[in-house]
Amino acid sequence: MSLFGLFKRDADKHTVLASGHVVSDSARCVQCGICTYNCPIGIDVRAHAWRGDPVIHSQCLTCGECVARCPRGVLRFEKTDLFIKGKS
Amino acid sequence: MKYVIIGSGVAGIAAIEAIRSLDPTNSITMLGDDPHGFYSRPGLAYYLTGELHDKALFPRTADDYRQMNFQFIKGRVLNIHRELCTLELNNNTQVSYDKLLIAVGAQATPLNIPGANLEGVLKLDHLEDAKHILKFARRSKTAVVVGGGITALELVEGFVARGMKVHYLLRGDRYWSNVLDEQESKIIEHRLQEEGVTLHYQAELAEVVGRNNKVNSVRLASGKNLPCNLVAYAIGIQARTDLAKQSGLVIERGILVNEYLQTNDSDIYAAGDVAQVYDPMTGHSVMDSLWAPARQQGYTAGLNMAGQKTAYVKSPPFNVTRLAGLTTTIIGTVGRGKDADMVGIARGDSETWRQLPDAMTAQTGFEVNRLRLLVGEKTLLGAIVMGDQKLSFPLEKIISGNMDISPIRDRLLAPNAKTADIIAKFWSDLVIAN
Repeated sequence: MSLFGLFKRDADKHTVLASGHVVSDSARCVQCGICTYNCPIGIDVRAHAWRGDPVIHSQCLTCGECVARCPRGVLRFEKTDLFIKGKS
Repeated sequence: MKYVIIGSGVAGIAAIEAIRSLDPTNSITMLGDDPHGFYSRPGLAYYLTGELHDKALFPRTADDYRQMNFQFIKGRVLNIHRELCTLELNNNTQVSYDKLLIAVGAQATPLNIPGANLEGVLKLDHLEDAKHILKFARRSKTAVVVGGGITALELVEGFVARGMKVHYLLRGDRYWSNVLDEQESKIIEHRLQEEGVTLHYQAELAEVVGRNNKVNSVRLASGKNLPCNLVAYAIGIQARTDLAKQSGLVIERGILVNEYLQTNDSDIYAAGDVAQVYDPMTGHSVMDSLWAPARQQGYTAGLNMAGQKTAYVKSPPFNVTRLAGLTTTIIGTVGRGKDADMVGIARGDSETWRQLPDAMTAQTGFEVNRLRLLVGEKTLLGAIVMGDQKLSFPLEKIISGNMDISPIRDRLLAPNAKTADIIAKFWSDLVIAN
Protein backbone atom coordinates (compact mmCIF):
# COMPACT_ATOMS: atom_id res chain seq x y z
CA MET A 1 0.00 0.00 0.00
CA SER A 2 1.27 3.44 -0.89
CA LEU A 3 1.76 6.05 1.78
CA PHE A 4 -1.17 7.98 0.34
CA GLY A 5 -3.33 4.89 0.61
CA LEU A 6 -2.37 4.54 4.23
CA PHE A 7 -3.39 8.13 4.99
CA LYS A 8 -6.60 7.70 3.06
CA ARG A 9 -7.46 4.62 5.07
CA ASP A 10 -6.83 6.57 8.26
CA ALA A 11 -8.97 9.44 7.03
CA ASP A 12 -11.87 7.06 6.29
CA LYS A 13 -11.57 5.58 9.72
CA HIS A 14 -11.63 9.01 11.33
CA THR A 15 -14.65 10.02 9.31
CA VAL A 16 -16.55 7.06 10.66
CA LEU A 17 -15.34 7.74 14.18
CA ALA A 18 -16.35 11.38 13.97
CA SER A 19 -19.75 10.94 12.35
CA GLY A 20 -20.96 7.69 13.89
CA HIS A 21 -22.13 6.36 17.18
CA VAL A 22 -21.92 3.02 18.93
CA VAL A 23 -24.95 0.73 18.74
CA SER A 24 -25.55 -2.42 20.77
CA ASP A 25 -27.20 -5.80 20.33
CA SER A 26 -28.57 -6.79 23.74
CA ALA A 27 -29.12 -10.43 22.75
CA ARG A 28 -25.35 -10.93 22.55
CA CYS A 29 -24.48 -9.07 25.73
CA VAL A 30 -23.65 -10.89 28.97
CA GLN A 31 -23.11 -7.66 30.96
CA CYS A 32 -19.48 -8.51 31.69
CA GLY A 33 -18.66 -4.82 31.81
CA ILE A 34 -15.45 -4.78 29.72
CA CYS A 35 -16.96 -1.90 27.71
CA THR A 36 -17.72 0.27 30.75
CA TYR A 37 -14.42 -0.70 32.39
CA ASN A 38 -12.45 0.49 29.35
CA CYS A 39 -14.39 3.65 28.50
CA PRO A 40 -11.87 6.47 28.99
CA ILE A 41 -14.51 8.93 30.12
CA GLY A 42 -16.58 6.58 32.23
CA ILE A 43 -19.76 6.16 30.20
CA ASP A 44 -21.75 3.17 31.38
CA VAL A 45 -21.81 1.51 27.96
CA ARG A 46 -23.03 -1.74 29.54
CA ALA A 47 -26.27 -0.10 30.70
CA HIS A 48 -26.97 0.91 27.08
CA ALA A 49 -26.23 -2.65 25.93
CA TRP A 50 -28.70 -4.07 28.49
CA ARG A 51 -31.45 -1.99 26.91
CA GLY A 52 -30.14 -2.46 23.36
CA ASP A 53 -29.85 1.33 23.04
CA PRO A 54 -27.29 3.23 20.97
CA VAL A 55 -24.62 4.98 23.02
CA ILE A 56 -25.84 8.51 22.46
CA HIS A 57 -23.98 10.49 25.06
CA SER A 58 -22.76 14.04 24.81
CA GLN A 59 -19.30 13.10 26.04
CA CYS A 60 -18.75 9.98 23.90
CA LEU A 61 -15.54 10.39 21.92
CA THR A 62 -16.39 7.49 19.60
CA CYS A 63 -12.87 6.33 20.33
CA GLY A 64 -13.85 2.71 19.69
CA GLU A 65 -12.34 1.21 22.85
CA CYS A 66 -15.62 -0.46 23.85
CA VAL A 67 -16.24 -1.80 20.33
CA ALA A 68 -12.73 -3.23 20.07
CA ARG A 69 -12.66 -4.83 23.49
CA CYS A 70 -16.13 -6.39 23.67
CA PRO A 71 -15.45 -10.14 23.56
CA ARG A 72 -18.89 -10.98 22.16
CA GLY A 73 -19.43 -8.61 19.28
CA VAL A 74 -22.21 -6.71 21.05
CA LEU A 75 -21.09 -3.25 19.94
CA ARG A 76 -20.50 -1.78 16.52
CA PHE A 77 -20.29 1.63 14.88
CA GLU A 78 -23.16 2.93 12.89
CA LYS A 79 -23.05 6.14 10.91
CA THR A 80 -25.40 8.67 12.34
CA ASP A 81 -27.74 10.49 9.97
CA LEU A 82 -28.67 13.23 12.43
CA PHE A 83 -26.91 15.97 10.50
CA ILE A 84 -27.42 14.79 6.96
CA LYS A 85 -28.51 17.67 4.75
CA GLY A 86 -32.15 17.77 3.81
CA LYS A 87 -33.25 15.54 6.65
CA SER A 88 -35.91 17.21 8.72
CA MET B 1 -49.91 -9.37 46.06
CA LYS B 2 -46.45 -10.43 47.25
CA TYR B 3 -43.83 -11.54 44.73
CA VAL B 4 -40.82 -13.58 45.82
CA ILE B 5 -37.86 -14.56 43.68
CA ILE B 6 -35.32 -17.17 44.77
CA GLY B 7 -31.97 -16.55 43.05
CA SER B 8 -30.05 -13.38 42.22
CA GLY B 9 -28.97 -14.14 38.65
CA VAL B 10 -30.07 -12.54 35.41
CA ALA B 11 -33.40 -14.43 35.28
CA GLY B 12 -34.36 -12.99 38.68
CA ILE B 13 -33.34 -9.44 37.77
CA ALA B 14 -35.24 -9.62 34.48
CA ALA B 15 -38.30 -10.92 36.34
CA ILE B 16 -38.23 -7.89 38.65
CA GLU B 17 -38.03 -5.56 35.65
CA ALA B 18 -41.04 -7.30 34.08
CA ILE B 19 -43.11 -7.22 37.27
CA ARG B 20 -42.31 -3.54 37.81
CA SER B 21 -43.34 -2.71 34.24
CA LEU B 22 -46.86 -3.88 35.14
CA ASP B 23 -47.06 -3.46 38.90
CA PRO B 24 -45.17 -0.49 40.37
CA THR B 25 -46.31 -0.89 43.95
CA ASN B 26 -46.69 -4.43 45.33
CA SER B 27 -43.79 -5.87 47.28
CA ILE B 28 -41.01 -7.87 45.60
CA THR B 29 -38.46 -9.83 47.63
CA MET B 30 -35.35 -11.44 46.16
CA LEU B 31 -33.68 -14.19 48.19
CA GLY B 32 -30.18 -15.24 47.27
CA ASP B 33 -27.43 -17.42 48.70
CA ASP B 34 -24.67 -15.87 46.57
CA PRO B 35 -23.08 -13.29 48.92
CA HIS B 36 -22.36 -11.03 45.94
CA GLY B 37 -25.91 -10.76 44.62
CA PHE B 38 -26.28 -9.98 40.91
CA TYR B 39 -23.19 -9.86 38.70
CA SER B 40 -22.11 -11.15 35.31
CA ARG B 41 -21.25 -14.83 35.66
CA PRO B 42 -20.07 -15.12 32.05
CA GLY B 43 -17.79 -12.17 32.87
CA LEU B 44 -15.89 -14.34 35.37
CA ALA B 45 -13.86 -15.66 32.41
CA TYR B 46 -12.48 -12.16 31.81
CA TYR B 47 -11.87 -11.64 35.51
CA LEU B 48 -9.75 -14.81 35.44
CA THR B 49 -7.68 -13.54 32.51
CA GLY B 50 -7.19 -10.16 34.21
CA GLU B 51 -9.12 -8.18 31.59
CA LEU B 52 -11.54 -7.04 34.28
CA HIS B 53 -11.45 -6.02 37.90
CA ASP B 54 -13.97 -7.94 40.04
CA LYS B 55 -15.82 -4.73 40.90
CA ALA B 56 -16.49 -4.19 37.19
CA LEU B 57 -18.61 -7.36 37.07
CA PHE B 58 -21.53 -5.65 38.82
CA PRO B 59 -23.90 -4.02 36.32
CA ARG B 60 -26.16 -2.29 38.84
CA THR B 61 -25.58 0.27 41.56
CA ALA B 62 -27.38 0.53 44.90
CA ASP B 63 -29.29 3.44 43.39
CA ASP B 64 -30.47 1.27 40.47
CA TYR B 65 -31.79 -1.27 42.97
CA ARG B 66 -33.60 1.43 44.95
CA GLN B 67 -35.34 2.51 41.76
CA MET B 68 -36.35 -1.08 41.02
CA ASN B 69 -37.95 -1.05 44.46
CA PHE B 70 -37.37 -4.52 45.82
CA GLN B 71 -35.95 -6.04 48.98
CA PHE B 72 -32.90 -8.31 48.84
CA ILE B 73 -32.46 -10.90 51.59
CA LYS B 74 -29.21 -12.80 51.75
CA GLY B 75 -30.03 -16.34 52.72
CA ARG B 76 -30.74 -19.86 51.63
CA VAL B 77 -34.23 -21.27 51.30
CA LEU B 78 -34.50 -24.60 53.12
CA ASN B 79 -38.11 -25.43 52.33
CA ILE B 80 -41.08 -24.31 50.30
CA HIS B 81 -44.28 -24.94 52.26
CA ARG B 82 -46.62 -24.86 49.30
CA GLU B 83 -49.81 -25.41 51.32
CA LEU B 84 -49.03 -22.27 53.37
CA CYS B 85 -47.32 -20.33 50.56
CA THR B 86 -44.31 -19.67 52.79
CA LEU B 87 -40.57 -20.20 52.51
CA GLU B 88 -38.39 -21.33 55.37
CA LEU B 89 -34.94 -19.70 55.40
CA ASN B 90 -31.69 -20.87 56.96
CA ASN B 91 -31.75 -18.00 59.48
CA ASN B 92 -34.98 -19.27 61.07
CA THR B 93 -37.16 -16.69 59.32
CA GLN B 94 -40.18 -17.29 57.14
CA VAL B 95 -41.16 -15.38 54.03
CA SER B 96 -44.63 -15.63 52.54
CA TYR B 97 -45.45 -15.36 48.84
CA ASP B 98 -48.39 -15.12 46.49
CA LYS B 99 -46.32 -15.68 43.34
CA LEU B 100 -42.93 -17.37 43.53
CA LEU B 101 -40.14 -17.65 40.96
CA ILE B 102 -37.38 -20.23 41.36
CA ALA B 103 -34.32 -19.02 39.44
CA VAL B 104 -31.49 -20.62 41.38
CA GLY B 105 -29.43 -21.66 38.37
CA ALA B 106 -27.10 -24.62 38.11
CA GLN B 107 -23.86 -25.78 39.66
CA ALA B 108 -20.80 -27.71 38.54
CA THR B 109 -21.15 -31.46 38.31
CA PRO B 110 -18.79 -32.78 40.98
CA LEU B 111 -15.65 -34.68 40.13
CA ASN B 112 -16.04 -38.20 41.49
CA ILE B 113 -12.54 -39.58 41.70
CA PRO B 114 -10.16 -40.24 44.58
CA GLY B 115 -8.52 -37.04 45.77
CA ALA B 116 -11.32 -34.78 44.49
CA ASN B 117 -11.68 -33.18 47.93
CA LEU B 118 -8.03 -32.15 48.21
CA GLU B 119 -7.16 -28.50 48.64
CA GLY B 120 -6.51 -27.15 45.14
CA VAL B 121 -9.23 -29.07 43.28
CA LEU B 122 -11.30 -26.22 41.88
CA LYS B 123 -14.49 -25.46 39.96
CA LEU B 124 -15.92 -22.25 38.50
CA ASP B 125 -19.53 -21.62 39.53
CA HIS B 126 -19.51 -18.14 41.01
CA LEU B 127 -17.41 -15.13 41.97
CA GLU B 128 -16.17 -16.72 45.21
CA ASP B 129 -14.89 -19.69 43.16
CA ALA B 130 -13.12 -17.31 40.76
CA LYS B 131 -11.43 -15.51 43.66
CA HIS B 132 -10.43 -18.85 45.13
CA ILE B 133 -8.98 -19.93 41.75
CA LEU B 134 -6.93 -16.74 41.46
CA LYS B 135 -5.65 -17.14 45.00
CA PHE B 136 -4.36 -20.61 44.12
CA ALA B 137 -3.07 -19.54 40.71
CA ARG B 138 -0.92 -16.83 42.29
CA ARG B 139 1.04 -19.39 44.29
CA SER B 140 1.01 -22.26 41.76
CA LYS B 141 3.10 -23.06 38.73
CA THR B 142 1.28 -25.89 37.01
CA ALA B 143 -2.43 -26.47 36.46
CA VAL B 144 -4.35 -29.46 35.15
CA VAL B 145 -7.73 -28.74 33.56
CA VAL B 146 -10.32 -31.43 32.84
CA GLY B 147 -13.61 -31.13 31.01
CA GLY B 148 -15.05 -29.80 27.79
CA GLY B 149 -17.12 -26.95 26.45
CA ILE B 150 -16.66 -23.27 27.13
CA THR B 151 -15.92 -23.22 30.88
CA ALA B 152 -12.98 -25.65 30.66
CA LEU B 153 -11.37 -23.45 28.01
CA GLU B 154 -12.01 -20.34 30.10
CA LEU B 155 -10.13 -22.00 32.94
CA VAL B 156 -7.28 -22.96 30.61
CA GLU B 157 -7.05 -19.40 29.26
CA GLY B 158 -7.24 -17.90 32.74
CA PHE B 159 -4.26 -19.97 33.89
CA VAL B 160 -2.29 -19.20 30.71
CA ALA B 161 -2.91 -15.47 31.24
CA ARG B 162 -1.54 -15.83 34.77
CA GLY B 163 1.66 -17.33 33.42
CA MET B 164 1.02 -20.89 34.47
CA LYS B 165 1.97 -24.11 32.74
CA VAL B 166 -1.27 -25.84 31.75
CA HIS B 167 -2.05 -29.47 30.98
CA TYR B 168 -5.46 -29.85 29.35
CA LEU B 169 -6.88 -33.35 29.54
CA LEU B 170 -9.34 -34.54 26.90
CA ARG B 171 -10.98 -37.95 27.21
CA GLY B 172 -11.60 -38.23 23.49
CA ASP B 173 -9.67 -37.42 20.34
CA ARG B 174 -10.62 -33.76 20.09
CA TYR B 175 -12.14 -30.71 21.78
CA TRP B 176 -15.97 -30.34 22.09
CA SER B 177 -16.70 -33.05 19.58
CA ASN B 178 -20.49 -32.88 19.70
CA VAL B 179 -20.71 -29.20 18.79
CA LEU B 180 -17.59 -28.45 16.75
CA ASP B 181 -16.52 -30.40 13.68
CA GLU B 182 -13.03 -31.86 13.33
CA GLN B 183 -11.50 -28.86 11.64
CA GLU B 184 -12.97 -26.44 14.18
CA SER B 185 -11.66 -28.55 17.06
CA LYS B 186 -8.23 -28.61 15.42
CA ILE B 187 -8.23 -24.81 15.03
CA ILE B 188 -8.90 -24.38 18.75
CA GLU B 189 -6.41 -27.05 19.79
CA HIS B 190 -3.72 -25.57 17.58
CA ARG B 191 -4.24 -22.11 19.07
CA LEU B 192 -4.05 -23.53 22.58
CA GLN B 193 -0.79 -25.27 21.73
CA GLU B 194 0.58 -22.01 20.37
CA GLU B 195 -0.19 -20.43 23.74
CA GLY B 196 1.93 -23.15 25.36
CA VAL B 197 -0.87 -25.42 26.58
CA THR B 198 -0.05 -29.14 26.61
CA LEU B 199 -2.98 -31.18 25.33
CA HIS B 200 -3.39 -34.79 26.38
CA TYR B 201 -5.78 -36.82 24.22
CA GLN B 202 -7.63 -39.92 25.40
CA ALA B 203 -6.53 -38.91 28.84
CA GLU B 204 -8.80 -39.92 31.67
CA LEU B 205 -8.16 -38.53 35.10
CA ALA B 206 -8.04 -41.46 37.55
CA GLU B 207 -6.85 -39.80 40.76
CA VAL B 208 -5.70 -36.52 42.22
CA VAL B 209 -2.70 -37.30 44.39
CA GLY B 210 -2.08 -35.12 47.40
CA ARG B 211 0.63 -34.31 49.84
CA ASN B 212 -0.28 -32.69 53.18
CA ASN B 213 -3.87 -32.56 51.94
CA LYS B 214 -2.85 -30.40 48.94
CA VAL B 215 -2.77 -31.29 45.24
CA ASN B 216 0.63 -32.63 44.27
CA SER B 217 -0.01 -34.48 40.99
CA VAL B 218 -2.64 -36.29 38.97
CA ARG B 219 -2.61 -39.90 37.87
CA LEU B 220 -4.19 -40.75 34.54
CA ALA B 221 -5.96 -44.04 33.77
CA SER B 222 -3.00 -44.90 31.53
CA GLY B 223 -0.78 -44.81 34.62
CA LYS B 224 0.92 -41.59 33.56
CA ASN B 225 1.66 -39.10 36.34
CA LEU B 226 1.58 -35.29 35.90
CA PRO B 227 2.98 -33.14 38.72
CA CYS B 228 0.77 -30.07 39.34
CA ASN B 229 -0.34 -27.66 42.05
CA LEU B 230 -4.01 -27.38 41.15
CA VAL B 231 -6.72 -29.21 39.25
CA ALA B 232 -9.68 -27.31 37.76
CA TYR B 233 -12.67 -29.17 36.38
CA ALA B 234 -15.67 -28.28 34.21
CA ILE B 235 -17.29 -31.56 33.21
CA GLY B 236 -20.84 -30.20 33.05
CA ILE B 237 -23.42 -28.55 35.23
CA GLN B 238 -26.56 -29.75 36.93
CA ALA B 239 -29.66 -27.74 37.67
CA ARG B 240 -30.12 -26.93 41.36
CA THR B 241 -33.40 -28.80 41.67
CA ASP B 242 -33.18 -30.08 45.28
CA LEU B 243 -35.46 -27.43 46.75
CA ALA B 244 -38.10 -27.88 44.05
CA LYS B 245 -37.90 -31.66 44.32
CA GLN B 246 -38.45 -31.78 48.06
CA SER B 247 -41.45 -29.51 47.73
CA GLY B 248 -43.06 -31.85 45.23
CA LEU B 249 -42.58 -29.92 42.00
CA VAL B 250 -42.16 -32.03 38.87
CA ILE B 251 -38.52 -32.47 37.86
CA GLU B 252 -36.74 -34.13 34.95
CA ARG B 253 -33.26 -32.73 34.24
CA GLY B 254 -34.53 -29.36 35.46
CA ILE B 255 -37.78 -28.05 36.92
CA LEU B 256 -40.43 -28.75 34.29
CA VAL B 257 -42.37 -25.65 33.26
CA ASN B 258 -44.93 -24.93 30.56
CA GLU B 259 -44.56 -22.17 27.95
CA TYR B 260 -45.70 -19.67 30.61
CA LEU B 261 -42.77 -20.76 32.81
CA GLN B 262 -45.23 -22.21 35.28
CA THR B 263 -44.49 -25.37 37.26
CA ASN B 264 -47.13 -27.93 38.25
CA ASP B 265 -48.03 -25.48 41.05
CA SER B 266 -49.76 -22.56 39.34
CA ASP B 267 -48.32 -20.02 41.83
CA ILE B 268 -44.73 -21.18 41.32
CA TYR B 269 -42.64 -20.39 38.25
CA ALA B 270 -39.09 -21.34 37.22
CA ALA B 271 -36.66 -19.71 34.78
CA GLY B 272 -33.03 -19.80 33.72
CA ASP B 273 -30.55 -22.66 34.10
CA VAL B 274 -32.76 -24.47 36.63
CA ALA B 275 -35.76 -24.65 34.29
CA GLN B 276 -36.56 -27.23 31.64
CA VAL B 277 -38.88 -25.33 29.38
CA TYR B 278 -41.64 -26.71 27.16
CA ASP B 279 -41.33 -25.61 23.57
CA PRO B 280 -44.72 -25.85 21.81
CA MET B 281 -43.01 -25.72 18.39
CA THR B 282 -41.17 -29.03 18.94
CA GLY B 283 -43.16 -30.58 21.76
CA HIS B 284 -39.94 -31.08 23.73
CA SER B 285 -38.89 -29.68 27.10
CA VAL B 286 -35.38 -28.31 26.68
CA MET B 287 -32.58 -26.97 28.84
CA ASP B 288 -30.33 -24.06 27.96
CA SER B 289 -27.58 -22.60 30.09
CA LEU B 290 -27.20 -19.35 28.23
CA TRP B 291 -27.51 -15.76 29.45
CA ALA B 292 -29.99 -14.49 26.83
CA PRO B 293 -32.62 -17.27 27.26
CA ALA B 294 -32.27 -16.97 31.06
CA ARG B 295 -32.99 -13.24 30.81
CA GLN B 296 -35.90 -13.77 28.41
CA GLN B 297 -37.38 -16.57 30.50
CA GLY B 298 -37.07 -14.50 33.68
CA TYR B 299 -38.77 -11.56 31.98
CA THR B 300 -41.60 -13.75 30.64
CA ALA B 301 -42.07 -15.39 34.05
CA GLY B 302 -42.28 -11.92 35.62
CA LEU B 303 -44.99 -10.82 33.17
CA ASN B 304 -47.00 -13.95 33.92
CA MET B 305 -46.57 -13.54 37.67
CA ALA B 306 -47.92 -10.00 37.42
CA GLY B 307 -50.96 -11.23 35.51
CA GLN B 308 -50.10 -10.69 31.86
CA LYS B 309 -50.30 -14.12 30.28
CA THR B 310 -47.34 -14.35 27.92
CA ALA B 311 -45.86 -17.43 26.27
CA TYR B 312 -42.10 -17.83 26.12
CA VAL B 313 -41.09 -18.17 22.49
CA LYS B 314 -37.83 -20.05 22.28
CA SER B 315 -35.40 -18.68 19.72
CA PRO B 316 -32.70 -20.89 18.23
CA PRO B 317 -29.94 -20.99 20.84
CA PHE B 318 -27.27 -18.49 20.14
CA ASN B 319 -23.97 -17.83 21.85
CA VAL B 320 -21.01 -15.68 21.02
CA THR B 321 -17.93 -16.69 22.91
CA ARG B 322 -14.17 -16.68 22.70
CA LEU B 323 -12.53 -20.04 22.20
CA ALA B 324 -8.75 -19.85 22.55
CA GLY B 325 -8.95 -16.14 21.75
CA LEU B 326 -11.06 -16.70 18.64
CA THR B 327 -14.51 -15.11 18.61
CA THR B 328 -16.97 -17.87 17.81
CA THR B 329 -20.72 -17.70 17.27
CA ILE B 330 -22.82 -20.82 17.54
CA ILE B 331 -26.42 -20.59 16.26
CA GLY B 332 -29.17 -23.20 16.08
CA THR B 333 -28.42 -26.90 15.68
CA VAL B 334 -24.85 -27.67 14.74
CA GLY B 335 -23.88 -31.04 16.18
CA ARG B 336 -25.06 -34.28 17.70
CA GLY B 337 -24.15 -37.19 19.92
CA LYS B 338 -22.20 -37.25 23.14
CA ASP B 339 -18.93 -35.67 24.16
CA ALA B 340 -16.81 -37.84 26.43
CA ASP B 341 -15.61 -34.73 28.30
CA MET B 342 -19.07 -33.66 29.40
CA VAL B 343 -21.80 -34.97 31.67
CA GLY B 344 -25.01 -33.59 30.18
CA ILE B 345 -25.21 -29.86 29.63
CA ALA B 346 -22.37 -27.41 30.28
CA ARG B 347 -22.34 -23.72 31.11
CA GLY B 348 -22.95 -21.53 28.07
CA ASP B 349 -24.54 -24.51 26.37
CA SER B 350 -27.83 -25.58 24.84
CA GLU B 351 -29.28 -29.03 24.35
CA THR B 352 -30.75 -27.80 21.09
CA TRP B 353 -27.28 -27.45 19.57
CA ARG B 354 -27.03 -31.23 19.52
CA GLN B 355 -30.50 -32.10 18.19
CA LEU B 356 -29.39 -32.11 14.61
CA PRO B 357 -31.90 -33.63 12.22
CA ASP B 358 -30.82 -34.70 8.73
CA ALA B 359 -28.87 -31.82 7.31
CA MET B 360 -26.19 -31.15 4.76
CA THR B 361 -23.12 -29.17 5.61
CA ALA B 362 -21.74 -26.26 3.67
CA GLN B 363 -18.46 -24.84 4.84
CA THR B 364 -15.77 -22.47 3.88
CA GLY B 365 -12.60 -20.90 5.24
CA PHE B 366 -9.53 -22.10 6.98
CA GLU B 367 -7.64 -20.99 10.07
CA VAL B 368 -9.02 -17.91 11.85
CA ASN B 369 -11.99 -17.23 9.59
CA ARG B 370 -14.28 -20.15 9.20
CA LEU B 371 -17.94 -20.60 8.47
CA ARG B 372 -19.99 -23.79 8.71
CA LEU B 373 -23.66 -23.91 7.81
CA LEU B 374 -26.13 -26.68 8.51
CA VAL B 375 -28.47 -26.66 5.54
CA GLY B 376 -31.95 -28.12 5.94
CA GLU B 377 -34.62 -28.74 3.31
CA LYS B 378 -35.67 -25.11 2.97
CA THR B 379 -34.03 -23.31 5.83
CA LEU B 380 -30.69 -23.00 7.57
CA LEU B 381 -30.73 -25.04 10.77
CA GLY B 382 -27.54 -23.80 12.32
CA ALA B 383 -24.21 -22.08 11.82
CA ILE B 384 -20.80 -21.71 13.39
CA VAL B 385 -18.87 -18.54 12.62
CA MET B 386 -15.26 -18.39 13.78
CA GLY B 387 -13.08 -15.30 13.54
CA ASP B 388 -14.56 -12.55 11.38
CA GLN B 389 -18.07 -12.02 12.72
CA LYS B 390 -19.59 -9.93 9.93
CA LEU B 391 -21.87 -12.77 8.86
CA SER B 392 -22.99 -13.78 12.32
CA PHE B 393 -25.65 -11.04 12.50
CA PRO B 394 -27.38 -11.92 9.19
CA LEU B 395 -27.07 -15.64 9.93
CA GLU B 396 -28.74 -15.20 13.30
CA LYS B 397 -31.66 -13.46 11.56
CA ILE B 398 -31.86 -16.01 8.72
CA ILE B 399 -31.85 -18.95 11.14
CA SER B 400 -34.12 -17.51 13.85
CA GLY B 401 -36.52 -16.18 11.22
CA ASN B 402 -36.73 -19.61 9.52
CA MET B 403 -36.13 -17.80 6.24
CA ASP B 404 -36.64 -19.72 3.03
CA ILE B 405 -33.20 -20.25 1.51
CA SER B 406 -34.41 -22.32 -1.48
CA PRO B 407 -33.03 -19.76 -3.98
CA ILE B 408 -29.48 -20.31 -2.74
CA ARG B 409 -29.62 -23.83 -1.33
CA ASP B 410 -28.12 -25.62 -4.36
CA ARG B 411 -25.34 -23.05 -4.68
CA LEU B 412 -24.48 -23.39 -0.99
CA LEU B 413 -24.13 -27.14 -1.37
CA ALA B 414 -22.14 -27.04 -4.63
CA PRO B 415 -18.51 -28.21 -4.39
CA ASN B 416 -16.13 -25.39 -3.43
CA ALA B 417 -19.03 -23.01 -2.92
CA LYS B 418 -18.11 -19.53 -1.75
CA THR B 419 -20.54 -19.91 1.12
CA ALA B 420 -19.76 -16.61 2.82
CA ASP B 421 -20.23 -14.62 -0.41
CA ILE B 422 -23.52 -16.38 -1.18
CA ILE B 423 -24.91 -15.61 2.28
CA ALA B 424 -23.66 -12.00 2.17
CA LYS B 425 -25.34 -11.47 -1.24
CA PHE B 426 -28.56 -13.20 -0.11
CA TRP B 427 -28.70 -10.93 2.95
CA SER B 428 -27.93 -7.69 1.15
CA ASP B 429 -30.60 -8.49 -1.48
CA LEU B 430 -33.08 -9.09 1.35
CA VAL B 431 -32.17 -5.82 3.06
CA ILE B 432 -32.51 -3.88 -0.21
CA ALA B 433 -35.86 -5.58 -1.00
CA ASN B 434 -37.22 -4.56 2.40
